[in-house]
Order: sequence, then structure tokens, then C-alpha cells
Amino acid sequence: MAPRLKLFLPLFIFVVLAGFLYRGLSLDPMALPSALIDKPLPAFTLTALADGRELSREDVIGEPALFNVWATWCISCRAEHPYLQQLADRGVPIYGINYKDEDEAARRWLRELGDPYRANIVDREGTLGVDLGVYGAPETYLVDAAGVIRYRHVGVVDDRVWRDTLEPIWREVQAMGEQP
Amino acid sequence: MIPELGHFALILALCLSVLLCTVPLWGSWRRNVTAMALAPNLAIGVLVFTSLSFACLTWAFLQDDFSVEVVANNSNSLLPWYYKFSAVWGNHEGSLLLWVWILALWTFAVAVFSPQLPLVMLSRVLAVMGFVGVGFLAFSLLTSNPFARLLPGTPADGQDLNPLLQDFGLIIHPPLLYMGYVGFSVAFAFAIAALLGGRLDAAWARWSRPWTNVAWAFLTLGIMLGSWWAYYELGWGGWWFWDPVENASFMPWLAGTALVHSLAATEKRGLFKSWTVLLAIFAFSLSLLGTFLVRSGVLTSVHAFATDPARGMFILVFLGIVTGGSLVLYALRAPAVASRVSFAWISRESLLLVNNVVFLVATLTVLFGTLFPLLMDALGQGKYSVGPPYFNAVFIPLMALLVPFMTVGPLSRWKRDSTRRWKAELLVPALVTLGCALTLPLFHEGDYNLWVALAVLFAGWLVVGLLRDIANRVRHSASIGAGLARLTPSYWGMVVAHVGFAATIIGVVLTSQYNIEHDLKMSPGDSDTLAGYEFRFIDVRTVQGPNFVADEARFVVYRDGREVVRLAPQKRRYLASGSVMTEASIDAGIFRDLFVAMGEPVGTAGAWAIRLHYKPFVRWMWAGALLMAVGGFLTVADKRYRRQRSAARDILRQGGVRGAQA
Repeated sequence: MAPRLKLFLPLFIFVVLAGFLYRGLSLDPMALPSALIDKPLPAFTLTALADGRELSREDVIGEPALFNVWATWCISCRAEHPYLQQLADRGVPIYGINYKDEDEAARRWLRELGDPYRANIVDREGTLGVDLGVYGAPETYLVDAAGVIRYRHVGVVDDRVWRDTLEPIWREVQAMGEQP
Repeated sequence: MIPELGHFALILALCLSVLLCTVPLWGSWRRNVTAMALAPNLAIGVLVFTSLSFACLTWAFLQDDFSVEVVANNSNSLLPWYYKFSAVWGNHEGSLLLWVWILALWTFAVAVFSPQLPLVMLSRVLAVMGFVGVGFLAFSLLTSNPFARLLPGTPADGQDLNPLLQDFGLIIHPPLLYMGYVGFSVAFAFAIAALLGGRLDAAWARWSRPWTNVAWAFLTLGIMLGSWWAYYELGWGGWWFWDPVENASFMPWLAGTALVHSLAATEKRGLFKSWTVLLAIFAFSLSLLGTFLVRSGVLTSVHAFATDPARGMFILVFLGIVTGGSLVLYALRAPAVASRVSFAWISRESLLLVNNVVFLVATLTVLFGTLFPLLMDALGQGKYSVGPPYFNAVFIPLMALLVPFMTVGPLSRWKRDSTRRWKAELLVPALVTLGCALTLPLFHEGDYNLWVALAVLFAGWLVVGLLRDIANRVRHSASIGAGLARLTPSYWGMVVAHVGFAATIIGVVLTSQYNIEHDLKMSPGDSDTLAGYEFRFIDVRTVQGPNFVADEARFVVYRDGREVVRLAPQKRRYLASGSVMTEASIDAGIFRDLFVAMGEPVGTAGAWAIRLHYKPFVRWMWAGALLMAVGGFLTVADKRYRRQRSAARDILRQGGVRGAQA
């Protein structure tokens, strides 16, 4: 009966696969790993885009800020860029995480389109991205003064996203920072 | 009233489908000719009612009936009529209805164009297709009713069709893609019918082969259009992203390509029978899996439909019944003993086996890459995304492995061949091609590119091998013309499809390697030169479209001081949704495309972020895919399929022998 048993192999593989698909139905691929909400920003030591000096977690926390994951290969980032500039002009500190990109292209981008960022963390290998659970650019993380991630937005930040979701959390985080 | 009529017609279609998948099957089991003879009529009935239903939904879109929910969500009174028409399948519910309608169309086609089939086989095939129809009709009616109303609370105007979908390519891309996807259900139905009847023979392969080829050709066209659309509509000049939804259409294509070739071995030599059946099941299951991935939301993708776990659950259960059921049937009924037909290692059979192994491995690697994020997530290993680096790293070497065998294939002989003969046939062509491959890249400015040399080598090797084979076949004829005329359509189909594959290799590699891309800030009056073409930015003006306003940049392209073309990319803002779209402007050519897209305005002085592309040979890729599809269609014109048909008609005329055959 061995040859006959061999013919059951495709069925067996399919059953295993279907099990995974079933499990997949109850998972939301867009959800931030819950472990990261209200958890500290992961530690890192990476270079700064502008001058190549080393940046670590301690250099970028201390006040509420946005962390924006971007790259020159990402067309949506280009769409998002003018709005980030507006936010920066209004005094919102934004740090860039230049994700899986080429430094020279990124510097050219900032020269041509303007630079809304306090500093840019070069994440060429995507290691910080993995720690953050980045899906793709653009993504924006709202981090409070204590360096705790409070919100994650996948996709372009525009006026609507800012007003409806990010700004309320932003105000809350700022108010919290002002209390002793 | 009309939408309710459509809804009712859909319910009737479901009832007829239930009959179609039960009565003829019972008839084939009890040898009841009357019950079996009902199958073609039921297939016609299903087509009539799904067509009626589809027409009703189309009417609702064309008449701006915003009381219907899908119309309100996906159309707008300002939309031009042809986009209102394509909006019918620009959403989950409508596209599912299109799917059901195309399935009915294929079922009808099998019922009408298969008089050569024994009635018992025909009734089983139609019953299996009826079963697939029951699943999808129930899916449509139970979870995604396209005729749901918004009453009361009918909006004054609709929310508009997603601007990305307002495009000519999207009018025809989904129907062609579905023709391919759903077409594999025919090959699947033949395989299941053969398993049910316990007769896996050359006749079965001959029956299902033309259907499989046509479905494969449609799928090729559908994928090609999708890639072409992404290229000019998404605005960044890419043409393949290894996105889960693209993979969903590509996996059945890969499995289908393996199936097309293994059917050849089964028809001609009676080989690989169980394997071919398994491939037929596999190809259609991948179509279903694709549907699941696109519509259930288990994976993120740039063009997934609105997702809903209930829908995902339904398709998963259906996938489980169809694939699980057919694999159980396969395990119980497929011939377990090795075929008595034997072949030597050096033979055409072996080469077809190489094709099958390569395409199967390719399918599995794409499947693995597509599902990897899901697997890791389900195992609690965290979030991953698998991108082009993985797919390119595994897929390109596989295709490179394929090509050397692909050239020898058509030249080789069944059963037993000799490497000495292959060498005699191909040594000179190989040297000539090698020479071309080494020298041609020198004509391109810049560094010598080894990848291009390799691509030219592979493509040239393929084409030269085919020419050699044609020459061999024509040699013994009185004249070249007479010799060419003697070659069969199925042979020509193979030649055209293989030449198409060669063209695709050239297109993909050359455009990837020689592509030049400038992203820069430009103000009116600026100019930039790439690959000898000078792009001059003239000005920006405002343009009014039917349902959008746009900033249109005007470019004039010069080469050696002479004007080549004027290009006018747009940045559109759609009025109903407020979304902003990039409309690239492209000058297409046989040897190069020039591509201009607008980014964002920079500063207040009228400067824009502009993306300029020079894309050599990019058209070859789609032209190649087109040739592959043409090849697939050509094979069906072969006399040996028609001969059976007329022979069958003769038998019919001599008195209802069809029933007796059963």
C-alpha cells in the first residue's frame, strides 16, 4: 500500500497550509505588535544622515516627537513630505528614520524638497525598522517625552490624519510632559 | 425594481447550479441518460440568469442608481460612462459577480463546444463546474450581495470610483484575468471527471488541452495588462512589485505553464498522468487561493479589496472543500502504479520533466514568499515583509536554469534521443549566439554589462534553436512555402509562445539594467538630459477634466537639437473623493520609452519635483507576453481538435449514439 500512501502527501500538505490560512484570518496584518504600544522606543546606535556622527536612543528622546520612516524610493513619502514640512514649521519635532535607502539620494532629496527633520537616523539595513515592526514607508510613530511609543500610523500623514488621530494624542502627550 | 430583478436572477442561477452539480452526477452514477443529458441545458440556464443579473447591476451603474450600495460607493454622476461600466467590477461585490458570470460562460462553452465528449464525461465535467458555481454564487449572495440597497438614506451622489481604477487598462484587465483564473476550472473539472470515471488516458488529456491552453493565454494577457497598467498609472515607472495580489495571479500562471507542458506529454505519450491531474488541481486551487488572499485581508497589499473576515472564512471553507475534496479523490483514485510507458534519460520527456520541475519549484517559492509573513505571524514569530529581493534572488536563477533546456526541447525526440545529435544540431547556433551576446552589449554606451550579455545569450539561443527546428522540418519539402504551410497550428503556437518568452527575457533584463531615472526639482525653463534626450520643462497650466482638475506640465524632448516628442504629465485632483493622482506621460517606442511624472510642487516659485525615466526595451516585455498569449490561442486552431469534433458530429447525425457511448 506504500505507493497509495504517497498519493496522500498533497492532501497532507494542503491541510497544514489550510490550518495556517485559518489562523491567518484572525490576525490583522496591519496591527502593530501589541508589545510595542506603550513600550519604550527600541534602543539603537546608528549614524546621522547629515554628518555621519553616531545617534542613539538617548539623543532623540526627552520631548514628545514624531518618528517618520521614509525613503527616497517611496513615492508616498514624496506626497507626505510637504505636510511634514508644515508640521515642522508649526513646531512639531520630527525625527526621520531613513529606511533602507542610499545616503546620497536621501541627502539630495532633502536638499531639493526641504528638510523638516530634527535629525535623520540612517537605518540602511532596516534593523531599527525590524525592531519597530515597520511594514513599509511611510510610517509615523508618536513618541512621548519619556521615549514611550504612544501611537503608530501606517501610511501617509496628511491634514486629515493629523487632525483626527495624531493631534489629540499629541496634545495629551504634551500636557503630560508639562506636568511635573 | 431592476436591482431586485438582478438579485432574483442570481438566486435562480444558484438554484440551477445546485441542480447542475447534482442531477447529472447522479445520472452518470446510475447511467441515467436523461439526467445526464440535462447538464448542457442547465449550463445554458445558469448562463442566462447570471447574464441577466450582471446586466441589471450594469444598468444600475449606468443609470446612477445610488440607492444600490455598491453603486453609491463606487460610482459618481460625473464619471464618464465607460468608467461607470468598468466600475461594475471595480469593487469586491461586482467583481465577484463578474467572476460568476465568466464561470457560467466557460461552463456554457464546454457544454456547447464538446460534442466529441462521451455524455458521461461531459455530464461529470459540467457537474464539477456547477459545483464551483454553487460555491461562488452562494459566496456572492450570502456575504457580498451586489444588489444591497441603501434605503432609506439614498445619497444624492456617489463617492466615485477609486481614481487609480479610472483607466482604460482597468476596463479590460479584470475580465481577462478572470477568464484565465476561472478558465483553469475547466482543466480542473476535466481532471476530477477523469478521476471520478477512473479513466486517465490520452483522450482525457486531448480533451482538456485546448481549454487549458486558452485559459493560460487569457491569464497571460491579464497579467500583462496588469503590469502595463501599474507601469503607466501608478506613476513611478515600476512594472512588477511582487505584491501579494500580483503573486496571486502569477502562481496559477506558473502552475498553468507546467500543466500546459505536462498535458503535452500525457496526450502524446500517455506519461505523467497522475502528475498532470495533480497539476490541474494545483493550478485551480491556486486560483482559489488567490481569491482568498485578495478578498480576506490576511495579507497587506496595495490593491487588496475591502476585506472582511466572514468572507475570508467562506472562501477558506470552500477552498477546503474543493481542494481538500479533490486531493482525497486523487489519493484514492489516481493510478498508483508507475506507467508502463518508458523513456530514456536523453529524450523530450525528460526535458518536459525539467520544465515541470522548474515551474513547480518557481510556483512553490512564490507561494512560500507570499505566505511567509502569514506563517511567521501565525507561529508568533513577529511581523515580516518579504519583498522583491527575495523573489528576484530565487526566481531569476530558476528561469535562467530553464532556458538552456527550453531550446533543446522542441528539437528533441520523444522516447530516446542522443546528446550527439543535439550537439550536431545546436553547436553552430550556440557559437553564433555566444558571439552576438558578447558583442551586442558593446554597442551600448557605458560599462559592459554582463547581465545584458547573458540575456541576449539566452534569448538568442532560444530563437536560434527554434529557427533550426523549423529549418529541419521544412528541409524535406518541395519548397520552403509548402514546408511552412505543412506545420500545424499547435507547432506554430509553441514557436510563437517561445519567441515571446525570449522577448520577455530581453525586455525584463535590458530595462532593469539600462534604465535611467532622474528625480529632480525643475522649474519652467529648466532642462535635464538623460541618455542623449534633453527634457525641457516649458510650463504648467491648469486643465479641467470630466471629474477632475489637473496641473499639467508641458515638456518638449529634444535629441541632437531636433524635437522628438511633447509630453504632458498631470497631477490630478478628483473632485468627488479629493484624492490626488499622478498621471505619467509616456512616449512609447520599440527600443525605448521616455517617461515623465510629476511629484509635488516645491516652494512657491512654480518649481516641481519631477521624475524622468529612460526605459529601454520595456515594451519587449509586454510584447513578449502578448506573443505567449497568441501562441496559446493558436494551438487551439489545430486540426486534430476540430477533426474529432466533426467526426463526433457525423456520429451524432447517424443517430443518438452519444447516449450509447455512455
